[in-house]
Amino acid sequence: MSIELKNISYTYMPKTPFEHLALDDISITIPEGKITAIAGHTGSGKSTLIQHFNGLLKPSKGTILVDGVDIGKKNTEAKAARRKVGIVFQYPEYQLFEETIAKDIAFGPRNIGCSEDETQERVKQAMDFVNLDYDKYAHRSPFQLSGGQKRRAAIAGILALQPKYLVLDEPTAGLDPKGRESLMEKFRRLHKEKGTTIVLISHNMDNIASYADNVIILNKGKVTMEATPEEAFSKKEIISQAGLELPEVKTIMNELAQNGLEIQNNAYTMDKAVEEIIEALRRKGKC
Amino acid sequence: MLTDITLGQYFPGNSPIHDMDARVKIVLLFIYIVAVFLFDNHINYGIMTAGAIGVVLLSGLPVGTVLKSIKPLWWIILFSFGIHLFSTPGEPIFKVWNFVMTKEGIIQGFIISLRLVLMIATSSILMFTTSPLKLTDALESLMSPLKKIGFPAHELAMMMTIAMRFIPTLLEETDKIIKAQQSRGSDIDDGNFFQRAKGMIPVLVPLFISAFRRADELAIAMEARCYQGGVDRTRMKQQRLHDVDFWAGGIFSVFLISLIVVQFTL
Repeated sequence: MSIELKNISYTYMPKTPFEHLALDDISITIPEGKITAIAGHTGSGKSTLIQHFNGLLKPSKGTILVDGVDIGKKNTEAKAARRKVGIVFQYPEYQLFEETIAKDIAFGPRNIGCSEDETQERVKQAMDFVNLDYDKYAHRSPFQLSGGQKRRAAIAGILALQPKYLVLDEPTAGLDPKGRESLMEKFRRLHKEKGTTIVLISHNMDNIASYADNVIILNKGKVTMEATPEEAFSKKEIISQAGLELPEVKTIMNELAQNGLEIQNNAYTMDKAVEEIIEALRRKGKC
Repeated sequence: MLTDITLGQYFPGNSPIHDMDARVKIVLLFIYIVAVFLFDNHINYGIMTAGAIGVVLLSGLPVGTVLKSIKPLWWIILFSFGIHLFSTPGEPIFKVWNFVMTKEGIIQGFIISLRLVLMIATSSILMFTTSPLKLTDALESLMSPLKKIGFPAHELAMMMTIAMRFIPTLLEETDKIIKAQQSRGSDIDDGNFFQRAKGMIPVLVPLFISAFRRADELAIAMEARCYQGGVDRTRMKQQRLHDVDFWAGGIFSVFLISLIVVQFTL
């Protein structure tokens, strides 16, 4: 099963002088159990696109199927399908509002009608998952936390809904490198342990290179590429047309290849790059 | 979507009305509104309506947009129409219990509605064709004579500029927070009054926090640039009168004189 978008178009402020076509006939599939990255420059329509995944925005044209159910309909089946998709927006810490962290995380589960025991259980699990010690933090105000902790508390609020599809809009924006790394590792663990499908919105190609199974490139409201990272990063033209940059590793590998080192040049992560370089040097007989 | 609201929204354009100096527009609008409520000759109503329609056409605004600006005040117009309908003495047409509807009442009600519509429509043309920044600059310079008696014209204009500048930002922010909370399963549109009021808390708390944060950041940013209120500040964009303003003044004077002539001769 999957999230399937069929010929989606979306127009902001139709029939006014400010009319703007944000999405133009987009058809993509987010396969279940994979990490799919959506990349694009500012204003390419990434954020507009993901708001369609759980019905926050209704497409001007086209249909969206979540596990085969049309989420545009107004029945309980469609509502249940919309709830399979959890979205973590940019800077999610700005949505915190409760007196205590535990209450804030419990907001989601309570809304979808979990029992009190179930809610508490989910809160504990979610806090545990984002490394916020329950005993220490549960009854503190979310506004006393540091920036990174607030971010994690807000993300726990979505995780407590236990979505089948987790959409992350620039989840690491504004965090330091260490915080970025550890947060991405947590999402990877969620993906591995619970099989959660992850959609990662980012313009950080290094992040995409190290985590994604699929890459979708958006440019001015259109999909210009839907491919594996390996394939995507070999098409430098399309990437730079979309206003993006290749991952640093790939750039270095391209330079090496240009300067005469005979590498396969398929690598885009650090580990694979090291392997390729060693292999190339070995063939040259230098290692 | 929430950000789709046109609230005093500026429509960029190149019409003569757009090009006019904002101060001239405000002064002429003020005189026009006074005229609308002063002159009560039936021919004058025709002239004033024609004037308003002329300005709409000249401004190149979509007519529907201007008409839509009347919508929020529709109930007030209807209410005052109703009051005049039944409270004006004269030739009775219709009677319900103690209320008498008169012919004069219909005419009077129609006139008062027309006055309100003209006032609202012309004011919204001012809002539609003038950027908020120019508008507050103009208000400041029109109010500046009052500085002599200690009236804080500059500070007031600055506050208005900031407030207007942040309306779209806060609307966008509200929209974002509503969506974030909806993604957490909150139903803001469902339920009875109390449920909906309770549903607003998860939106209002983050909104207030972010408004205060923005205010704080803005204050620090202004402080860091050594901002100091009114005294001896110069502007990047000087307000100057151009040909179009003199033309507008001339045409408006002819308009006004013809109103006065009609009023006192016919």
